[in-house]
Amino acid sequence: MLAFTIVASFWLEIVLKVRVLARIRRAFAAILPVAVVFLIWVFYAVNQGHWSYDIKQTLGVTGPLGVPLEEFLFFLIVPIAAIMTIEAVRRVKRHWIVGDEDGGL
Amino acid sequence: MSYTLLTLVAIALTVAMDMKVLRTRLLTRKVFWTSYAIILFFQLITNWWLTSNLIVSYSEDFIIGARIAAAPIEDLGFGFALVTNVMALWVYWGRRGSFR
Repeated sequence: MLAFTIVASFWLEIVLKVRVLARIRRAFAAILPVAVVFLIWVFYAVNQGHWSYDIKQTLGVTGPLGVPLEEFLFFLIVPIAAIMTIEAVRRVKRHWIVGDEDGGL
Repeated sequence: MSYTLLTLVAIALTVAMDMKVLRTRLLTRKVFWTSYAIILFFQLITNWWLTSNLIVSYSEDFIIGARIAAAPIEDLGFGFALVTNVMALWVYWGRRGSFR
């Protein structure tokens, strides 16, 4: 699933020149606070039994509460894909306002 | 708290972050809703994959029971909150010009 997300979005970096990986520090600054909050959510949910993972269908590397490595990577890959998506739409629809036009780059 | 309630809280906080805290107002913009539509399409594919293959299993005790593409409807709120906050922070940092 993560490989699919990477394949489905990271080509935008090359073809549409979305320059998200090129601005990786800004991307991390956007992703990190959100990822921390969502990982707390995940730990709470797993602890409460909201959902569970089939470890046999994962790489088998797990963190606290048995949360698989893939779940941690999810909160890196999916946000990057989301940022690439909005930047790609901006490249295609150049007159649409995003809201960061005054900040340069 | 149930997954349902957590999702509703997350959506409310996301709206507050975008409209009031960061003042990025992405929720008022065509560029956001077009992007979200694309993301939602792919979320439904990956949700279906992860849930129908039982890679992730949801307890029926903490959800209302409505499912879309095999996954609880709550997952759409979870995904919306995740990508919207990330995109809003991306725009926030870009507007400030903090990482040039």
